[in-house]
Amino acid sequence: MPSKSSSGPKASLGLKLAALGGLLFLHVPIWIIFLYTLTPDETTFTFPLPGFTLKWFGVAMQRADLWRALTLSLQVAAVATVAALILGTLAAAAVYRSRFFGREAISFLLVLPIALPGIVSGIALRTAIGGFDIPFSFWTIVIGHATFCVVVVYNNVLARFRRMQGSQIEASMDLGANAFQTFRYVVFPNVATALLAGGMLAFALSFDEVIVTTFTAGQQTTLPIWIFSQLTRPRDRPVTNVVAMFVMLITFIPIFLAQRLSAQSSDTEGETK
Amino acid sequence: MLQRISTYLYLRPQLVLGLLLGPPLLYMLVVYLGSLFNLLVYSFYYLEEFTGLIVREFTLRTYAQIFEPANRDIFLRTAGMATAVTIVDALIAFPLAYYIAKFASARLKTWLIIAVTIPLWSSYLVRVYAWKLILAQEGILSWFINLLRLDGVLNWLLSIEAIGGSSLALSPIGLFIVFAYIWLPYMIIPIQTALERVPGSLVEAASDLGAKPLQTFRTVILPLAFPGVVAGSIFTFSLTLGDFIVPLSLGNSKFFIGQAVYSYQGTAGNIPLAAAMTMGPVLIMIVYLLIARRLGAFDAL
Amino acid sequence: MTDSSTPAIKFDQVSRHFGEVKAVDQADLEIRDGEFFSMLGPSGSGKTTCLRMIAGFDRPTYGQIYLYGQNVSDLPPYERNVNTVFQDYALFPHMNVGDNIAYGLMIKKVPKTERMRRVEEMLELVKLPGYAGRKPSQLSGGQRQRVALARALINHPRVLLLDEPLGALDLKLRQQMQVELKSIQQRVGITFIFVTHDQEEALTMSDRIALFNQGRIEQIGSPSEIYEHPASAFVAGFVGTSNLVRGEVAKRITGSEVTFSIRPEKIHLGSANELVLADSYVTDGNVRDVVYLGLYTRYLVELDGGGDLVVVEQNLKTTSMDVLKIKGQRVRLHWKKEHIREVGG
Repeated sequence: MPSKSSSGPKASLGLKLAALGGLLFLHVPIWIIFLYTLTPDETTFTFPLPGFTLKWFGVAMQRADLWRALTLSLQVAAVATVAALILGTLAAAAVYRSRFFGREAISFLLVLPIALPGIVSGIALRTAIGGFDIPFSFWTIVIGHATFCVVVVYNNVLARFRRMQGSQIEASMDLGANAFQTFRYVVFPNVATALLAGGMLAFALSFDEVIVTTFTAGQQTTLPIWIFSQLTRPRDRPVTNVVAMFVMLITFIPIFLAQRLSAQSSDTEGETK
Repeated sequence: MLQRISTYLYLRPQLVLGLLLGPPLLYMLVVYLGSLFNLLVYSFYYLEEFTGLIVREFTLRTYAQIFEPANRDIFLRTAGMATAVTIVDALIAFPLAYYIAKFASARLKTWLIIAVTIPLWSSYLVRVYAWKLILAQEGILSWFINLLRLDGVLNWLLSIEAIGGSSLALSPIGLFIVFAYIWLPYMIIPIQTALERVPGSLVEAASDLGAKPLQTFRTVILPLAFPGVVAGSIFTFSLTLGDFIVPLSLGNSKFFIGQAVYSYQGTAGNIPLAAAMTMGPVLIMIVYLLIARRLGAFDAL
Repeated sequence: MTDSSTPAIKFDQVSRHFGEVKAVDQADLEIRDGEFFSMLGPSGSGKTTCLRMIAGFDRPTYGQIYLYGQNVSDLPPYERNVNTVFQDYALFPHMNVGDNIAYGLMIKKVPKTERMRRVEEMLELVKLPGYAGRKPSQLSGGQRQRVALARALINHPRVLLLDEPLGALDLKLRQQMQVELKSIQQRVGITFIFVTHDQEEALTMSDRIALFNQGRIEQIGSPSEIYEHPASAFVAGFVGTSNLVRGEVAKRITGSEVTFSIRPEKIHLGSANELVLADSYVTDGNVRDVVYLGLYTRYLVELDGGGDLVVVEQNLKTTSMDVLKIKGQRVRLHWKKEHIREVGG
């Protein structure tokens, strides 16, 4: 990959400005939310801000409905992540180990829930659940979330399997370890960080999800659903700003960590034979 | 003991495959594909207007309803918005992608790529909400427009029937801005990847043969980067087609596909029509995924 | 139960089919206890598949495999007293050298102090004393190979399998390792089964060699047997350079049309019209090409009767200048009649 050193041609000023403009366009709106968490204004989004205050953080913390929504989001994300870890790892192991009819189709099948527009998945699930007269509940939300969380774990784990030397497993068995011991001492340590990265991505994905959730929830409110309701019928503007910032951080941090994990292990991979 | 189980399984690789593949495959087939298929079946039913009940008979009547003027408008409006968003996103994304791919030093490049993907990692919903703040009548964009004495222009824009509305936050113009913003990273990344693959030697060869920088750009770089633009545009196009959150939060009464589907299956209970309308985006995405698979995108996983 | 006459490994009509492809086709062999046995052949000839079947990573489609008299065809690798040194070494990257080597002992629940002691013993044997704390990523290719060897040997297997272990090493290191492996084998006294495609390597190290070709075993014998008495044209061509003379050309030299092979070093390069004894075959030709290789020189001689022969002679007195002058000259080739080997096809 050719990289231009400082001795190569320089970008024109116009190009640099255009690039910078694009970058700012991407980021400024996010900063604006952070800014607005400090406004004392209760009913509007007036700019410039009439003042600065931290009281809305306190108010948000008092709100029982917010705590309920947060708890629900965390619970759903936790369970969906566990399901995704199990199903995703099983699928990755199957695809890595064996050649079977329809092997390439598995990746395709697993990516569909993420690739198709959320509304399609949402309606499909809702119609099916309603059609079978299953009550909408915590579990219907989890089932919906698991469908698109599996592929995230699957990709991470499969990529790691492929980077691992297959002969390690044979070597372990050759030296006297049965399949379970081999998994414990050789496979798992190699794959652990991929599981962690995949799990964190799945968690963030589930925590932030709103489209499929609106369709598969009954009366339950997750945090994103709460924000969504504020989007259409705003009642608590300043508190919403705080919640928005909070959700942003909770989604951002696991993904960022997962990135660093994957990047880190691919660096050390290059050193071994 | 575990050893015996291990040996038993070792001699039966097919069984192991079944145990490994079974749970995830069953789950996805039953829960996901099952629901999709169910939806497809529903699209061939129809809603009896008088009783409000769904008649479970095979018919193409519901699909025919899609071509009615009201629904046709929805499709056209959504498609038009999707196209506009795609074009503008391509225009904004290209300079940034070009800079990252060709002019940034290695260190700067890493940071820039992180900078571009950070919005993707931040919550989608929150980013939409951010624009509600920005576009509010008393908000930052208004203040800025006031500052530049452009309110006249703004009001004129808002008065245009097709794209205007009562305020920025409640008009297609606002929608357009938000869509362009939200999907921008999806356009930047494929273009940047495609540009990375253009070897520097080609550019040098072109200028060696006498081409001026603009010519080189037009004849060498742009065609080679085009597949990246196409890849990105498929994202922006299909994501806009299927979205209902943005129109619901920021739009007016003129529906887009996503909203229409949402309302049809909701209070109207018209699941067949909702199902039929979703088949369009589904078809587009499946075709795209199949093409992507043929081009090897899945092998890279 | 086992005495010294029970073969370490016995293959009884072993075949391995992958669909239509016969990777191994009705292989029969017996490997003796304590011998250094090589499986030699070109890529895809089936030698690695046989090795994997002995180790247990693959199961024969037909036939039986016996390890010291016991039928092991249905035993998984962890229940066979056989250890393998892999081509890519397969060291566990997340463990240090000591833990890698001790892995087999750890599985057998050998107590830690005992493990550490035996690890150091092994490290001495492979000439890497004190390396226990290092990580595989810190080692060179040759060092990793020795760790792989130690990891296999520490379990006292009855048979050690080596899958082209020296392939990735440079020439000098490879030759050094060949000598070391041989001496370790003799010291430890266990059966070594060595897979390689390098015939020189096999000839150097082995007590006996099995030569594979397209899934079938062409010949089993000691290095000198295989070299001096090749059973087929393939063997003759694969092991050492050989000249194969057929048909008309053969008839002109020996009087019969039977194909024969003659080793290049057995041919004397004499001056034209030189007198030759009755116990030798003779033929004339022109030197078409000369390659000076320091220790010896290789000549390609175009025969009057058609075809050509490769002749190799040590440069006992000749210099490179002398040698190059011979190019283009007429020469008389002769060799003792008993040195030819008649081969079928």
